[in-house]
Amino acid sequence: MSNVGIVIVSHSPLVAEGTADMVRQMVGDEVPLAWCGGNGHGGLGTSVEAIMGAIDKAWSEAGVAILVDLGGAETNSEMAVEMIGEPRSHKIVVCNAPIVEGAVMAATESSGGASLKEVVATAHELSPS
Amino acid sequence: MAASDFSRLIAAATDTVAAHADELTALDQAIGDGDHGLNMRRGFEAVRAEAEAIAAKPLPDALKAVGTKLVMTVGGASGPLFGTLFMALGKELPAAPDRAALTAAFGKAVEAVAARGKSQPGQKTMLDVLQPVYEALAQGKTGSEIADVADKAADATVPMKALRGRASFLGERSIGHMDAGARSTALLVRAVAETVEGR
Repeated sequence: MSNVGIVIVSHSPLVAEGTADMVRQMVGDEVPLAWCGGNGHGGLGTSVEAIMGAIDKAWSEAGVAILVDLGGAETNSEMAVEMIGEPRSHKIVVCNAPIVEGAVMAATESSGGASLKEVVATAHELSPS
Repeated sequence: MAASDFSRLIAAATDTVAAHADELTALDQAIGDGDHGLNMRRGFEAVRAEAEAIAAKPLPDALKAVGTKLVMTVGGASGPLFGTLFMALGKELPAAPDRAALTAAFGKAVEAVAARGKSQPGQKTMLDVLQPVYEALAQGKTGSEIADVADKAADATVPMKALRGRASFLGERSIGHMDAGARSTALLVRAVAETVEGR
């Protein structure tokens, strides 16, 4: 698929899955989408391994935009991007945006065939500068 | 460094993290999300489970393997932060470092942690221990002196206001509590210093 992929990373699997449900309601299957949440041991948190898996699942040659909740999700997502390494890492962006609104807006933008840069810019518009 | 020496370092680090897991969790419950002790213990026990294979590698590769394991198993922001510390040390250190090489590599590793956390010393984080430890290394202090520097530096995070991490959400209310990451860093520094000096 040529549309930008969306990855949702929350400390809570419930938040991540619920956000993904809201995205699907907007864009159906037009956008590659994956989510992950939880520390991999049944608790709240985020897992670099799970994030890498979600990026693989939502992978698109157009790139992947990651939406995160709290700081650890951002740090772990950046680590995951680094571990995936070049050349794919150049096409993955961790967005600075609220997770639910950001994911829905980014996916809607992606469904229209927008570039990774445009998708990320749409998500970033939601954050106070 | 002989493989048996690196195995002893892993054992000492894991023992101290496990012995203080409840204390680290209590510190993190006060001003964070309360998972630091459990997360760190899980990560270091995963490292210890593979200690033999890790310790058989040359020192730089062994440190990178420790870092990667922590990244993959800790399950909180501490994973990438402590993982980056060890991965950067592995990247910067030669196979048989002298004191000057160790100091230089440690300085680079501290910078890598600061970049990973988008932080700097003074924000009530592990960097508030790492930076003084780097300076103590550069000043030629002994292992036990460096361990004391680390403990004092962790204590010095108590009156600080958190500017990074979950504790920063609390603003002024973060004052009066020790940073859990600073404490775990000091514990690791002491474990390593005492193991190296005890040889």
